[in-house]
Amino acid sequence: MSKYQLTIYQPDGDPPPPEALEPVMAELHALNREMQEAGAWVFAAGLHPPETATVVSVRGGEVLLTDGPYIEGKEHIGGFTMIEAPDLDAALQWASRMARILDPLPIEVRPVNE
Amino acid sequence: MTDTAIVEEVFRREHGRAVAVLIRAFGDIDAAEEAVQDAFAVAVERWPRDGAPPAPAGWIIRTAHNRAIDRLRRDAVFQRKQAELALLDQSDEAFEEDAVPDDRLRLIFTCCHPALAPTARVALTLRLLGGLTTPEIARAFLVSESTMAQRLVRAKAKIRYAHIPYRVPEPEELPDRLSAVLAVLYLIYNEGYLSAGGNEASRPDLANEALRLVGVLEELMPDEPEIWGLRASMLLSESRRPARFGPDGELVPLSEQDRSRRDRALVTAGQRLVRRCLLRDRPGPYQIQAAIAAVHSDAPIAADTDWNQILALYDQLMAHTPSPVVALNRAVAIAEVRGPEAALAVIDPLHLDGYYLFHAVRGDLLERLGSKPEAREAHRRAAELTVNPAERRLLERKLSRLTT
Repeated sequence: MSKYQLTIYQPDGDPPPPEALEPVMAELHALNREMQEAGAWVFAAGLHPPETATVVSVRGGEVLLTDGPYIEGKEHIGGFTMIEAPDLDAALQWASRMARILDPLPIEVRPVNE
Repeated sequence: MTDTAIVEEVFRREHGRAVAVLIRAFGDIDAAEEAVQDAFAVAVERWPRDGAPPAPAGWIIRTAHNRAIDRLRRDAVFQRKQAELALLDQSDEAFEEDAVPDDRLRLIFTCCHPALAPTARVALTLRLLGGLTTPEIARAFLVSESTMAQRLVRAKAKIRYAHIPYRVPEPEELPDRLSAVLAVLYLIYNEGYLSAGGNEASRPDLANEALRLVGVLEELMPDEPEIWGLRASMLLSESRRPARFGPDGELVPLSEQDRSRRDRALVTAGQRLVRRCLLRDRPGPYQIQAAIAAVHSDAPIAADTDWNQILALYDQLMAHTPSPVVALNRAVAIAEVRGPEAALAVIDPLHLDGYYLFHAVRGDLLERLGSKPEAREAHRRAAELTVNPAERRLLERKLSRLTT
């Protein structure tokens, strides 16, 4: 078995209104449950918006804190799910189901270096 | 045949099979490739001296397998993996038998996996199944050797680290996955038919390789009419090769080709396959394209072409794969059936401004309508967009005809 991180990218700005978001979240929870029952789920996390981020780096031996996300773009990482799957095809199948639920948000699938 | 020539022939024919078998045995593409290279190096040395073995392919696979095990045994890291060593000893026995399993189908599907970039799929297929060297593939696709080497390394690393499986897809995924494989072979063939770049007008070596690979695929999956369709298309296109280029190396349009110069054997083989598709009655885009080529091949002279039937087939193709390029080709048939004006109305809204054939077809239609300056402009645009020397010469000829 290999681990894969499924990363959700979403556009910056306000999230959709609750009446649009709620059914999506319910479907996502159901998918998570199904992953758990199948033994594929490792962990999952949704993130607060990028404005809440702090970047920590070292400059000339001093720790420097910067407000906001490291990369400013039109999109940001909205959350991720870590899964375990026998091969890429199996991982891509879970990712495809997630992408259908979150349509039009793209899901990036990356193997974990173990 | 000399023994050195036998080594070369066996290499072309059996490289794919040997690599495929060894990938399954060792679970690693690089190890498999290296072992097969080793085995052919031994063959080059021994066969001219001792004579070629009675079953050269089996000999290569067995030698490659033994070499790979020797190599792995020497590897210090591997010494610790006793479990794997036991597994190898077990598979050793399987190679004692003469009947070596054919794993090429798994390899084809791995090379053409949709998670790999299309350019990587083509490169991997030619490298692993075709046994072409990295410099050969680099030349074929006009990239530097280092770029191609990097592309192959990256693709193989993705297969390894992302665990792209080494298996034939399940029946429910097969249609999609098979069409990805056919698309790769089609791309290789097209590059061989009319080069998209470079100094050469066409690359018969690539065309032959594509034909060989589609033949292998057909042998491994004998009941897939889309494979017959693709092979029929290739055969019918190849049949015209002797008639496709003029004395100055310019491309001769289909309507002006001397049909007596066609390769009759290829025409017959292609038409036979198309009939088989029709009887099978499970049409798909490759079969329809083959049927179109077959209708063209039926006409002894261009004026006898049954354009109504061709248009009907393009309508069918549009229903399967509604792409602007198909629409453009369909417009050529419309011009013959309903006239150039109707065809122009169909192609003008297509978003194909960067495609040389769009302008070339437009130029022909405008010329037929008597709009000389506009036709000239379209042909000039087409000539700017193509790098193929034969295509360019044809367009320049048209341009000079329009200026006089």
